[in-house]
Amino acid sequence: MPFNILVLASLGYVACLFAVAWAAERRADRGRAGFLRSSLVYTLSLSIYCTAWTFYGAVGYAARSGLEFLTIYLGPTLVFIGWWWLLRKLVRIGRQQRVTSIADLISSRFGKSNLLGVIVTVIAVVAATPYIALQLQSVTLSFASFASPMDGLAPPGTEATAVWVACGLALFTILFGTRNLDAKEQHHGIVTAIAVEAVVKLVALVAVGVWVVWGLADGVGDIIARIDASAISGWELQPGRWAGLIFVSAAAVLTLPRMFQVMVVESADERHLFTAAWAFPAYMLAMSLFIVPIAVVGLERMPAGANPDMFVLTLPLAEGQGALAMLAFLGGFSSATSMVIVEAIALATMVSNHIVMPVWLRLAPARAVPGDVRRLVILSRRFSIAAVLGLGYAYYRLSGGSSALAAIGLIAFVGVAQILPALLFGIFWRGATRVGAALGLTVGFIVWAYTLFLPSFGPDAAIAAQVFTEGPWGLGWLRPYALFGVVGMDPLLHALFWSLALNTGVFLAGSLLTFPGPVERVQGAAFVRVFDTDPTGPEPWARGQAEPEDLLVMAQRILGDEDALTLFEAEARAQGKAGYLPDPTPGFMAGLERRLAGSVGAATAHAMISQLAGRATVTVEDLMAVASESAQILEYSARLESQQSELTRTARALREANEKLTQLSVQKDGFLSQISHELRTPMTSIRAFSEIVAEGGLEPAQVVRYGTIIHDEAKRLTRLLDDLLDLSVLENGSVQLDLTLAPLGQMIDRALAAASQTAPTRSFLIHRDPPTETIFLRTDADRLVQVFINLVSNARKYCDADAPELRIAVRQRGARVTVDFIDNGTGISKASQGIVFEKFARLTDQSRAGGAGLGLAICREVMASLGGSITYLPGQGGAAFRVTVPLRLERKAV
Amino acid sequence: MSRTPLFLRPASYRRRRRRDAARLLPFVGIFLVLLPILWAPVAGFERSTATDGIFLFAVWAGMIAAAFAIARSLAGSDEGAGDDPETDAPAPHAGERES
Repeated sequence: MPFNILVLASLGYVACLFAVAWAAERRADRGRAGFLRSSLVYTLSLSIYCTAWTFYGAVGYAARSGLEFLTIYLGPTLVFIGWWWLLRKLVRIGRQQRVTSIADLISSRFGKSNLLGVIVTVIAVVAATPYIALQLQSVTLSFASFASPMDGLAPPGTEATAVWVACGLALFTILFGTRNLDAKEQHHGIVTAIAVEAVVKLVALVAVGVWVVWGLADGVGDIIARIDASAISGWELQPGRWAGLIFVSAAAVLTLPRMFQVMVVESADERHLFTAAWAFPAYMLAMSLFIVPIAVVGLERMPAGANPDMFVLTLPLAEGQGALAMLAFLGGFSSATSMVIVEAIALATMVSNHIVMPVWLRLAPARAVPGDVRRLVILSRRFSIAAVLGLGYAYYRLSGGSSALAAIGLIAFVGVAQILPALLFGIFWRGATRVGAALGLTVGFIVWAYTLFLPSFGPDAAIAAQVFTEGPWGLGWLRPYALFGVVGMDPLLHALFWSLALNTGVFLAGSLLTFPGPVERVQGAAFVRVFDTDPTGPEPWARGQAEPEDLLVMAQRILGDEDALTLFEAEARAQGKAGYLPDPTPGFMAGLERRLAGSVGAATAHAMISQLAGRATVTVEDLMAVASESAQILEYSARLESQQSELTRTARALREANEKLTQLSVQKDGFLSQISHELRTPMTSIRAFSEIVAEGGLEPAQVVRYGTIIHDEAKRLTRLLDDLLDLSVLENGSVQLDLTLAPLGQMIDRALAAASQTAPTRSFLIHRDPPTETIFLRTDADRLVQVFINLVSNARKYCDADAPELRIAVRQRGARVTVDFIDNGTGISKASQGIVFEKFARLTDQSRAGGAGLGLAICREVMASLGGSITYLPGQGGAAFRVTVPLRLERKAV
Repeated sequence: MSRTPLFLRPASYRRRRRRDAARLLPFVGIFLVLLPILWAPVAGFERSTATDGIFLFAVWAGMIAAAFAIARSLAGSDEGAGDDPETDAPAPHAGERES
């Protein structure tokens, strides 16, 4: 088959996947993700366990070592049918703690320690390189075996193919996986695409298998006879390898970053495990069913030197089944791509959350510029994806690209299995400590690298050949394949045994000998006892140390403006407060931390909040207090707690009401004296000047001058009375609205033009986004413009920046439109935010204001009668007001 | 502290045994998949790879069927997602207190 058609087919397939992912994401955005979050999709997405290793490598494995290939699928089967023990707990913890990756889980369990996050990330990245190399090698081999025997365009050399495949996959993953930073690291589009790929590879492998059994051979009986007659039946089971491989594959299915990603992080519902517990083993059984027949028939029919890893592809090709071979090629291609995509995304998340973000926080702790951290996160993820694929390619080149696929994969399995002790002890044993975990992980990683990973490059590549025979510095007991004098063990088993034995031993010793910190103990209890009601630990954050406005600014940088404001508004409402700034109660701080952890990982979220709130204040004494108290009052606490929170909410509402009443009473006095003053000043001058004029005998010019003064003062008086009248009409709700359909952009134009007469000497820079303003509102345009004018002229009057700027941001949300007016001045102090909308609430001195202080009060009443609202928006780096109007105002039935 | 009752109604009793079955299943599975270790080569007896393979696939299918049955019955009784403290058997760690 011509090489270019093959390339075209691959590209077309990738384009289809992209379309599927895009459509799924759109559906999810519209809130119709029902089908996408079904247990079927969940189970199919788990099938990224079956990579090109399964698709191509298993046949080669069977041809070389008989039934041993089954161990790789029996291990995960045991884990899944034993889901009640482990998976259920992992998924629950993952959801409760908003875990973003396996590194995040370990780091979060051991006191949100970033050190552990870094160690696990490094292990995962290094262990993934052989695994990604395996995928590159298989795709390269499949291109080569497909394209070379045919004429047409000469295929490039295998090395060039590998480069192109690596680049293509990196680009594809970046396009797929890092388009947005989800609140919780879930990617509906990718999960759906993975599910589609799962179906493709299953169909392809089963199709080849059925063709082999019923097409080439003569049915089941014939195949059984052929199996017993073939070279494979000379296979002998090695008990150590059999048990060891079942164990390591069971460990890997739990600790592989991509498996953790689809199993725990992307899990939409715990109940999916009910299905996955049997359906995923069934999927693996279906994938393995035809492996031995294909291997046997392949050995029979293919020439002696043929690579058994490619039988799935070369067998149909050799028999002239072009279409079947094409299907097999696509099956193998999808096995490799799905693995690389999810693995790279999972690793990139780990790298950005545990390495890039902490470094950035350390370098720029005081950088309070309201920049968007999300751009940094996404950028670092893109680079990480490219780097991970680059490492995989480097491994492929260094190892020569000639090893059996299964042998490469097992190296990776033993590598990630080093995380298992920390994971298992972490979720089942409260005594596991950070020091123990760090020691165990490090020792296990070093032993694995020394006995399996580095030797895999071949003698004299990473480790000198002499070291293999005599040991480093002539120390015979340190030979990579014979640690401590254990000679003659299978190298894989040897590495597995020593790395995990030393890892677990050091971990246990470290845990027994060290004392965990308070946060660590809280987290340990929360993880181990995840099924026992709510976590009733002491609150880690003290009350009132952080400014809610600072918290909001930080949350905006990570979650985005809208999400953060929604979160804060909801919390404020739950506390019985209006506006966007809830009290920084310990409960709210803990919730906010968990929410941020869903984006940037537990350790980083903890560090970021610590920057604002000071160190977490939980102490060992707190833990003891909680332990003794909770034993006594556990039964009452739930009831009392609900009562208490109710009372707290009421008390807070009352306190706010009281504060407001006190302020109002002061204001009322102020209002009366203010109004008499405001009325009296013009009255006095009118009276004085009219007396002078009435006495007569004045120059005509003087009469004109005094007349003008009297006229101006009368005008001012009228305006004041108009405002008061306006306000009282609005407050009574007896206002007449003139509803029309008007473009929002034009209204803002009008407001800007009218307000330009206020403080006309100041030049203002106005930022607008005209496309967003093309919204037609059904409302009372004149009234709305009046509100806009007020806000713009307020900004002109009060904005104290040297180069004043005003940003007008329009956003449509459902049936409501918000218009934000944000200037770059110092804003309004927190104490005054509550009263800006009150009558005569003039915050600065009177001389600068020049109005009666009724503007915002009128605005508030106007907006109320227009069915909308006007609020002060904190945390925007200046004074900011948000006007919310309904898109279509219905005339109220009077 | 609220204590779980010593004896349970039949419905709760059955529910607990279903959970026990779910806990037990992987151990049965481990036993079965490790059986082949005992297949040491014996002189005068030729092992058949096909038969061995059929045994392993049968064990595998059996485990899947058992997992299916248990998952179905657990899902039917509407639990697993929420562990109500009254009916949940005290987990090994439930009573644990740091000391």
